[in-house]
Amino acid sequence: MTSMAEKGEHRYVLNMGPQHPSTHGVLRVILEMEGEYVMDPQPVLGYGHRMHEKMAESRSWPNFLPNAARMDYLSALIYNHGYVGVVERLAGIEPTPRAEYIRVITSELNRLQSHLLWLGVLVLDLGAFTPIMYTFEDREKILDILEDVTGARLTYCYMRVGGVVRDIDDKFIQRTREYIDWQRSRMPMYEKLVTGNIIFRKRVEQIGEFTPDMARRFGLTGPVLRATGIGYDIRRAEPYSVYPEFDFDIPTETAGDCMAAYKVRVREIEQSLRILEQALDKLPEGPCMAKVPKKLKLPAGDACYAVESPRGELVYHLTGDGSDTPYRMKIRVPSFSNLSLLPELCRGMLLSDLCACMGSLDLVIPEIDR
Amino acid sequence: MSDVMNTGFLPPELLRIIFTVICAIVVVFGNAVVMGYLERKLAGRFQRRPGPMEVGFHGILQLAVDGVKLVGKQLIVPKQTDKALYRLAPIISFAPAIMPMLVIPFAPKLQGRDFDVGLLFILAVVAINVLAILIAGWSSNNKYSLLGAMRSVAQNVAYEIPMLLTLLSVILVTGTFSLRGIVEAQSGGAWFIFFMPVAFLIFFAATLAETNRAPFDLPEAESELTAGFMTEFSGMGFSLFFMAEYTYMFIACSLTVILFLGGWSGPPLPYGEYTSALWFFAKVYALLLTMIWIRWTFPRVRFDQLLNFCWKYLVPFSLVHLLVTAVVLKL
Repeated sequence: MTSMAEKGEHRYVLNMGPQHPSTHGVLRVILEMEGEYVMDPQPVLGYGHRMHEKMAESRSWPNFLPNAARMDYLSALIYNHGYVGVVERLAGIEPTPRAEYIRVITSELNRLQSHLLWLGVLVLDLGAFTPIMYTFEDREKILDILEDVTGARLTYCYMRVGGVVRDIDDKFIQRTREYIDWQRSRMPMYEKLVTGNIIFRKRVEQIGEFTPDMARRFGLTGPVLRATGIGYDIRRAEPYSVYPEFDFDIPTETAGDCMAAYKVRVREIEQSLRILEQALDKLPEGPCMAKVPKKLKLPAGDACYAVESPRGELVYHLTGDGSDTPYRMKIRVPSFSNLSLLPELCRGMLLSDLCACMGSLDLVIPEIDR
Repeated sequence: MSDVMNTGFLPPELLRIIFTVICAIVVVFGNAVVMGYLERKLAGRFQRRPGPMEVGFHGILQLAVDGVKLVGKQLIVPKQTDKALYRLAPIISFAPAIMPMLVIPFAPKLQGRDFDVGLLFILAVVAINVLAILIAGWSSNNKYSLLGAMRSVAQNVAYEIPMLLTLLSVILVTGTFSLRGIVEAQSGGAWFIFFMPVAFLIFFAATLAETNRAPFDLPEAESELTAGFMTEFSGMGFSLFFMAEYTYMFIACSLTVILFLGGWSGPPLPYGEYTSALWFFAKVYALLLTMIWIRWTFPRVRFDQLLNFCWKYLVPFSLVHLLVTAVVLKL
């Protein structure tokens, strides 16, 4: 393959996106092709740019809460969590214990639905239509549970500084427990239908391999990093909220290919279920909202808050100047770094493998553009 | 049949030709409708959803409504296309699909014309489809279309070889290219699938690739090439390709039934000379359902894997099979 790249003849440019079935949104990749081989993929960003960081600087801080959900539409609650976390850290507010547990429970449900969607979409990119319908059936149960408590199905605005806006009830706990059992019963089916499928294995094994060194250079985080054998997860490395109180593993693989990333995510589903179970058992009584001053001004200074999104490390960096409007807010999103690997990863690859790689990186484009 | 048609107005031979052509077209369109409905309904069932339910009882009229929609749609011809070839491609794809119907023996007395070389005729006519796909891909002046067309040609040429080699094994046994002769050689339940199951499997796999069906649907791989060679086609241009695809599936499964599953043979029926076509259609649709089942279960293979599978496994196996068949016959 490299010999073909060296020749550099007979190349043509193929424009993939911004409207293409496997770029999942408005990502555009300009591919320099040689036959079916991708010689130089260059992602083009900015089609979904909405100036979220600027919006944060130009309005008072509570107004940014709904924006948080609109960056990564698949892990809106985790983005909520990060934002209220950073404001609390800057203002020195302590949320109630019950609120922390509810945040973890809803965040893990959110992570599960994101992983389920990814599972279906990856296989869809490889040409199998059916698994996505099964994962959506599971995902639908989570969305129904979350809809009851948050009032939304995708762009949640549920968490507040000091707690959460609405307490969960026994019905929520009951349905979540039922869901945990349901999801456990479904995993063997995916094992048979997808993981064990010979065509699927041939399509993802040894495709898009990268080393821990490459992962470090490009700042990769999340399941793609853990697929290279580095067990880096914010929930363990830099514990936030009440995560230290739970017993769960950080799944890692060593191969670093698409199959390894796939296995890591599938095992993370089980770990999320474990966290959910423990959180429901330990859920403390009490108010779900702490005492927060009516007009909260952000003190001058900096605060950083990192959370683990389904795609990797999400960091909010907030600078206050004593008014109620942030002086500056910087958001570090995982998909942006993960995408930056693409040109390096996919050079000399077949077009079909490029689709598999993009599915495996689990990109959410509005998060990259934000 | 000729005595029924002896009306006196027209020469009976001309009437017979007109009648067979009409029947062939009815079979083609009927099959496209049945397959379109089955595919959508079964895909729904595999995916735990009901499929089309709105138009008519359980969505039975969905295809009619879709047909009206497609006929009524504007034929968009993009600016950069080669106009003449662009308009011709769907016709070149669809027209040869009707011709094999004239020689397929549905029942002992339901056959348009029994050629001595009926099998060769079908293979030759069906091969024209590759040309149509190449024309479609080229004239669209779209890189995705061209990639799809390139894949299609490589795939079809490669998979024709194991297909023909396994077919030769059958010809060695029967000693005839006549489709009727091949079916009659299997009378009394001596279907060739029992004697050469390997050949049947190779032939069926090659059939999937020849008809561009999943897991070998690379020419139209929608997650990579949007719609492959059909990307730029709309309205009737698209639906002609669509119907051609279902017809080629039908023809390929008919060939499989004739070669390996004993054609029309089955438990005797009243007026068996005509009604045993029921057995023929039952077998053909059983195979077609298998194709649908495979499509909605498996991911797509990659292009190099597809060709490797053909050259490294199917071709050697079919060659060995041919050799073994020849030796066994000689003994």
